[in-house]
Amino acid sequence: MTGGTVPVPTPETETFWAGTRAGELRVQQCGNCGRYYFYPRPFCRYCQSSDVTWRTVSGGGRLVSYVINYRPLPPADPAEPQVIALVELDEGPRMLTNIVGVPPEPEHLPLDGRVQVDFEERGDQALPVFRMAAGDPR
Amino acid sequence: MSGMHGGNIAIIGASETREVGVLPDRSMIQLHAEAALLALADAGLTAADVDGVATAGPLPMEVSHHIGISPRWLDGTMVGGCSFMLHVRHAAAAIAAGEASVVLITHGESGRSRVGVGGYRANPAAPQGQFEAPFGALAPYATFTVPALRFLHERGMGRRDLAEVVVAQREWAVDNPRAFRRKPVTVEQVLDGPPIAYPFTRDMCCVVTDGGGALVLTSAERAADLPGGGHAVYLLGSGEASEAPLMSQMDDVGSFGAFRRASAEAFGTAGVSHADIDHFMGYDAFAHLPLYMLEDAGFVGRGESGAFIAEGHTRKGGRLPMNTNGGGLSYTHTGMYGMFAIQEAVRQLRGQAAVQVPGVTLSFVQGVGGFFWAAGSLVLANRRP
Repeated sequence: MTGGTVPVPTPETETFWAGTRAGELRVQQCGNCGRYYFYPRPFCRYCQSSDVTWRTVSGGGRLVSYVINYRPLPPADPAEPQVIALVELDEGPRMLTNIVGVPPEPEHLPLDGRVQVDFEERGDQALPVFRMAAGDPR
Repeated sequence: MSGMHGGNIAIIGASETREVGVLPDRSMIQLHAEAALLALADAGLTAADVDGVATAGPLPMEVSHHIGISPRWLDGTMVGGCSFMLHVRHAAAAIAAGEASVVLITHGESGRSRVGVGGYRANPAAPQGQFEAPFGALAPYATFTVPALRFLHERGMGRRDLAEVVVAQREWAVDNPRAFRRKPVTVEQVLDGPPIAYPFTRDMCCVVTDGGGALVLTSAERAADLPGGGHAVYLLGSGEASEAPLMSQMDDVGSFGAFRRASAEAFGTAGVSHADIDHFMGYDAFAHLPLYMLEDAGFVGRGESGAFIAEGHTRKGGRLPMNTNGGGLSYTHTGMYGMFAIQEAVRQLRGQAAVQVPGVTLSFVQGVGGFFWAAGSLVLANRRP
């Protein structure tokens, strides 16, 4: 995918974006209830505990849903269809992302198919995008 | 009077702007004022009678001042296009508590012509700006639509089910002179239409228009003494709920918890069952929303929404006439459609709709706010229980 807006980290999300710039997907896990959650914040969104730890996760997951956007708005390239997708990480959290590396056509985008994180530069940041991966759907 | 539900509060004035559609000669704030003055006239009241004002979009004092009202009660609740459903129930609570006597709820949006409207730019440091917008989730058609494939996949449904929604609703719009899209369509024509965001083609996405609407509420007791009392519509029950302000973080992609919770509270407070409802307005910015709503509000079982629509149950003569103005898909959609869903319910209950369903007595209105962010539900009746 070519172009788009650039995220601006806040103090609470900077560790996440530092991770993507370093080629790592970092997600927080709660020490009280054990759950992983997203988006980043300094307390657990399920039990409000502040006993939370950043984990570098594998970046594997499954494709939950998507659209193929034929009318991207600037600053994205309006001529290049975007696969705007929901991905559920193996650890549980769900993220919005783009599926890259396959033609933007439904036959290449099986729901529940395995996906693996990759990173694309965007301005001074790096975005977590996903590629369809080998392996059976969960 | 006791309590905000059970028919103690009445809508005694209701009006849309004189026209809806393409209105480049009117600014956003003037659309609010035009609808407000028409709704007050419909109620047989004047601005001087109003002591409560609620709106979403502009701030309530912008609307109050523009019209010339000094309210003692204000509500600027803004949860997207179903804000007006929430305003109705907040106004009912305020009137029941004696905090306001006559509440005016206004909507106006120059959604198509963009007259008197500021530009919109996502905040790149907000959660949505960091975790959704960079991936292209900017326009409603590329954001609100993302969960749809999951819903269809989980139920063995497909794109045809989206197209059937469009076809069923267009049938109502064909006979409505105010509707924006009035040409009959077939399922094949909808599926073969210009692709917008797969699986959505153009006619599965709402129209983009200018327009406004307003409501006037007071107690049922006071309504009985007013000129508008003869066509009063009563609030039997209502509910509201929210989830995440990021579509990607909704609890369950294939079912919207806020629809379930808001509708359950509306049915519970009204004390009516689904079989009692003879008219349904389901906010349809995109064709998947009536499918979610029919199931999440419990009108049909899980996975039955597509067949329910394809079999004609929401069309003329069907057992649950739905979106009888043509809906956001065909009638009008200024950006925050909720006001128009309520207006059509009021018209049907009064027997004044462009395409009138015979004998409507109980209407259920289900709204959605943002992109699966919030929900508001109303049960409206044309007589007190």
